[in-house]
Amino acid sequence: MEHITLLIGIVIVTALVFDFTNGFHDTANAMATTISTGALKPKTAVAMSAVLNLVGAFLSVEVAKTISGGIIDEGSGIRPEVIFAGLVGAIVWNLLTWLAGLPSSSSHALFGGLIGATVVSVGIGGVNADAVVMKVLIPAVAAPIVAGIAATAATRLTYRLARNRAEEDTAKGYRAGQIASAALVSLAHGTNDAQKTMGVITLALITGGALAPQADPPMWVIASAGIAIALGTYLGGWRIIRTMGKGITDIQPPQGFAAQTGAAVTILASSHLGFALSTTQVCSGAVMGSGLGRKGGVVRWSTAGRMVLAWGLTLPAAGLVAAGAAFLAGQGTWGVTTVAVLGVVICGAIWAASRRKPVDHSNVNDVEPVEPAGVVTTALQSVTPPPAGSTTAGAGTIEGIPAQSTTRSPATSAVR
Amino acid sequence: MNIDWAALGQVFGTTLVVTVAMVGLFTLGIMGTSRKAPQEGEAGTAAAVGGSTSAVARTGGYACFALCLAAVGYGIFLIVAG
Repeated sequence: MEHITLLIGIVIVTALVFDFTNGFHDTANAMATTISTGALKPKTAVAMSAVLNLVGAFLSVEVAKTISGGIIDEGSGIRPEVIFAGLVGAIVWNLLTWLAGLPSSSSHALFGGLIGATVVSVGIGGVNADAVVMKVLIPAVAAPIVAGIAATAATRLTYRLARNRAEEDTAKGYRAGQIASAALVSLAHGTNDAQKTMGVITLALITGGALAPQADPPMWVIASAGIAIALGTYLGGWRIIRTMGKGITDIQPPQGFAAQTGAAVTILASSHLGFALSTTQVCSGAVMGSGLGRKGGVVRWSTAGRMVLAWGLTLPAAGLVAAGAAFLAGQGTWGVTTVAVLGVVICGAIWAASRRKPVDHSNVNDVEPVEPAGVVTTALQSVTPPPAGSTTAGAGTIEGIPAQSTTRSPATSAVR
Repeated sequence: MNIDWAALGQVFGTTLVVTVAMVGLFTLGIMGTSRKAPQEGEAGTAAAVGGSTSAVARTGGYACFALCLAAVGYGIFLIVAG
């Protein structure tokens, strides 16, 4: 632990902050469907997910060792300032999408941030375009489609098989299945995402000369990364959970089970076969698929569209913020200080903005349009101006959802 | 720039087959161990208290659950071996 300079210390703290945002941003992946179908109480669900994330962090260090994964060229003179700038970009974008309640990929934010910062400080040559396409872009397109199709098929099948059974009789079984598959997703998330942060910290330690190249992450790095992501998970990204559990489609227990199983299988199959998929995109795709698979199920395409837009923006947006941060940080100590101060101010502002309409474990499942819009509601909607322009480009706030309520077909209520 | 279509196809195929198989098995398990809904009459679900499952269905249901459990175990093994 000797030779850790102040700058490396700042990078480590920033990496842990990113890990924390990653945790609460991605709680939704594992637990949104479990919470919205009532299989687990919100607090219980996030606690379970947090524990499994922590356990997952200790299971393996394979991903951590290949973090940079060839996406940025380590030999091209990456300095701790660059990693710092990349992390700031990723954190800012993660918080913005959380404010808007959009499930976007934390991994993409991290990659985008690192790429943006690298381009500014060492030039475009520091980035391996091939690796970006193969490891980031293709999985980004493939993941939601694969998981979505699998979840659609599985939902169809389970509804068909269980069509003679009363809902009360099967509820217990589906509940258990949901909890088990959600647990698997949490565990896989811990091994993947906590390790990304470990990899970044290890990379910073290596570039700062505190660790030998090719070294394994030290125990204190593994432990602190695991704890940071578990704390973030326990805090719960309730805004994103609401979007995923209620916003995209209305999830019934069999759908939640099919979606979560599809997501777990996709993540395991792809990481086993060498593809790094985004957990977020896999789970959102699976949820959409399960919405399509149920008769009378409705996918709210406007919400889904905003989400897909956010996916597309994640890489460039985090990259841009990181590029700006890298430019400033490259100016010397005062630059790094400015970036740090700006980062804290922006995070504080986003948090303050979120307080105006808090979403937490008590109201995560309360989405107004549960009953068909009556005369009063319709009248109210017609006089209420559309949601004011949101903070993120092109992404509206969660309030956009109620307008969709009138499009729900009567079949939806008939299914209940 | 070459895209590894084989790996992509493999992920797609495996995911589809395993997901559908898992969900199917689990649903069969639920079917085997739960009461059958009243088929005749409009008695409603409250009247189904008397109905029960046969021993064969029950055993089959548990076998399905066991298979699912094994698959989950393999999944955890994959994560750990990662």
